[in-house]
Amino acid sequence: MQPNTLSGAKSTATGDLVHVIHPAEVPGALVKPGAEPILKATAIQKYFGANHVLKGCSMTVYPGETITILGRSGSGKSTFLRCLNFLEEPSAGVVEIHDKRVISNPLAPRSKAVQEDIRQLRLRAGMVFQEFNLFPHLSVIRNLIEAPVHVKHVPVAEATEIAESYLEKVGLIEKRNEFPARLSGGQRQRVAIARALTMQPDVMLFDEPTSALDPSLVGEVLKVMESLAHEGRTMIVVTHEMSFAKEAADRVYYMDEGEFVEVGPSEQVLGDPHDERTRKFLSRFLNV
Amino acid sequence: MSFGSGGAPAAQGLPDLGALITTNQRTRAVAWRAQFMLVWLIILSGLVAFILFTIKLDAQFLVKVIPFIIGGAGMTILVSFFSIAMAIILASLGALGRLSRNPIANGVASFYVSLVRGTPLLLQIYFIYLALPQAGIVLPELICGIIALGFNYGAYMTEIFRAGIQAVPSGQTEAAESLGMSGRTTFMRIIAPQAFRIVTPAIGNDFIAMLKDSSLVSAIGVQELLWKAQAAGRPTYQSMQTLIVAALVYWLMTLAFSYFQGRLERGMASADRGKGSVQ
Repeated sequence: MQPNTLSGAKSTATGDLVHVIHPAEVPGALVKPGAEPILKATAIQKYFGANHVLKGCSMTVYPGETITILGRSGSGKSTFLRCLNFLEEPSAGVVEIHDKRVISNPLAPRSKAVQEDIRQLRLRAGMVFQEFNLFPHLSVIRNLIEAPVHVKHVPVAEATEIAESYLEKVGLIEKRNEFPARLSGGQRQRVAIARALTMQPDVMLFDEPTSALDPSLVGEVLKVMESLAHEGRTMIVVTHEMSFAKEAADRVYYMDEGEFVEVGPSEQVLGDPHDERTRKFLSRFLNV
Repeated sequence: MSFGSGGAPAAQGLPDLGALITTNQRTRAVAWRAQFMLVWLIILSGLVAFILFTIKLDAQFLVKVIPFIIGGAGMTILVSFFSIAMAIILASLGALGRLSRNPIANGVASFYVSLVRGTPLLLQIYFIYLALPQAGIVLPELICGIIALGFNYGAYMTEIFRAGIQAVPSGQTEAAESLGMSGRTTFMRIIAPQAFRIVTPAIGNDFIAMLKDSSLVSAIGVQELLWKAQAAGRPTYQSMQTLIVAALVYWLMTLAFSYFQGRLERGMASADRGKGSVQ
């Protein structure tokens, strides 16, 4: 994928894309003519008690894009990502993934219908956690097929076949019958990625997937993620790995104090940031 | 290059320190064990001597009475088994209630735990056997005993189960939910199996405690181990003999179940296949 062949807001606003895209909202988006967004988060706000953590964040993602969310620790990146599948319920805002739209209403009790809406939203978003969160009482293959079989009611044989193809992709097919405790951190995270993929979601969410890893194990996980990005999966990645943002991401959202202060093609945001805060943040990585 | 315990230091005339330390540790371990066993032996022979000096052993009486008392052990195990089964069911429901966001379920469960833990077990046994008939509920003593014990242990186990469920990391729930599992599926397939492993040793402990607490139902006439020992000793004022027999039977049962519990736990540990060993 060539992230910057369509460079910047202006060029996408010209031609026949105008009716779908609001260029100010998605500068640099890599959009095929007539494409519809696969994920749209609108005006997400989050309060923890009186603490205003997200102050109205919006994001639009088109199929096949890889987005990285950058920002200092505590800026609200992970909270935003967790709002996308309602692991944190937004205090206000709308999340749409593919054909499912959920409007947050934390003041109303969670009715059965709302719970089902949220569950449907989650089926469209695969999540990879910092701490892997594999199920320790299940073997690797059972970790992968547990949800397809018991949530989507895919027959075991079919689910196993899908699961094995993803284990192959992350290079861990020979660990299919191991238990998570016997795997290294990097292997666990690769299994966790395969587990999310086995549900065949529309979007993959990565919440600092390499932050809990021994530095020597970061590479193998990033390699898997980069290959996913290059084969055109839609991914949203919260990370501190600048190399990933540089190599694999199409666009960067830079967050500061609960707001996206700069959005644009990776090359522009990382190479020539317009916002003072982005510039300051990136300057720490210049010498690395 | 001479850090190993190989031949290099010995060749220089130095003793093999590693081997010396190992031998020394082994010698001390053997000495410790010998002293430990000696203490047990001394206390035990002291007790036996005390008994032999205070009472005259009537062999005929013992031969007659021992099978009668041991016959009560079956009832003790039966009462304990059904009571612990009832306790596990009540505790599962109780723990779900205590963790529920529903005020009714939570209220019922915490009232149950508070009331049962706030009153004596013997009173609860008497209540079911002596007081309920006033309300027209008359049950056989065995059923009364099992209900009282199950009800009582269920309350304590509720707290154990609740803690076990809470000990499963919240990341497990998040992972399950992010995969689209409903609350029910998450609990049944992800949380409960892990919580069960956490509480298994505690259930074993409770069963062993139950074996002994089941003796309280002798107070309402359930013919278990203690009841039989009392019945056998009372007529001829030979309670010391019969109670000692009962005590030995309780002790042996406890030892046997502790052994099985240990094996079960080791089996479960190996089923986890080196949990947390590899980083």
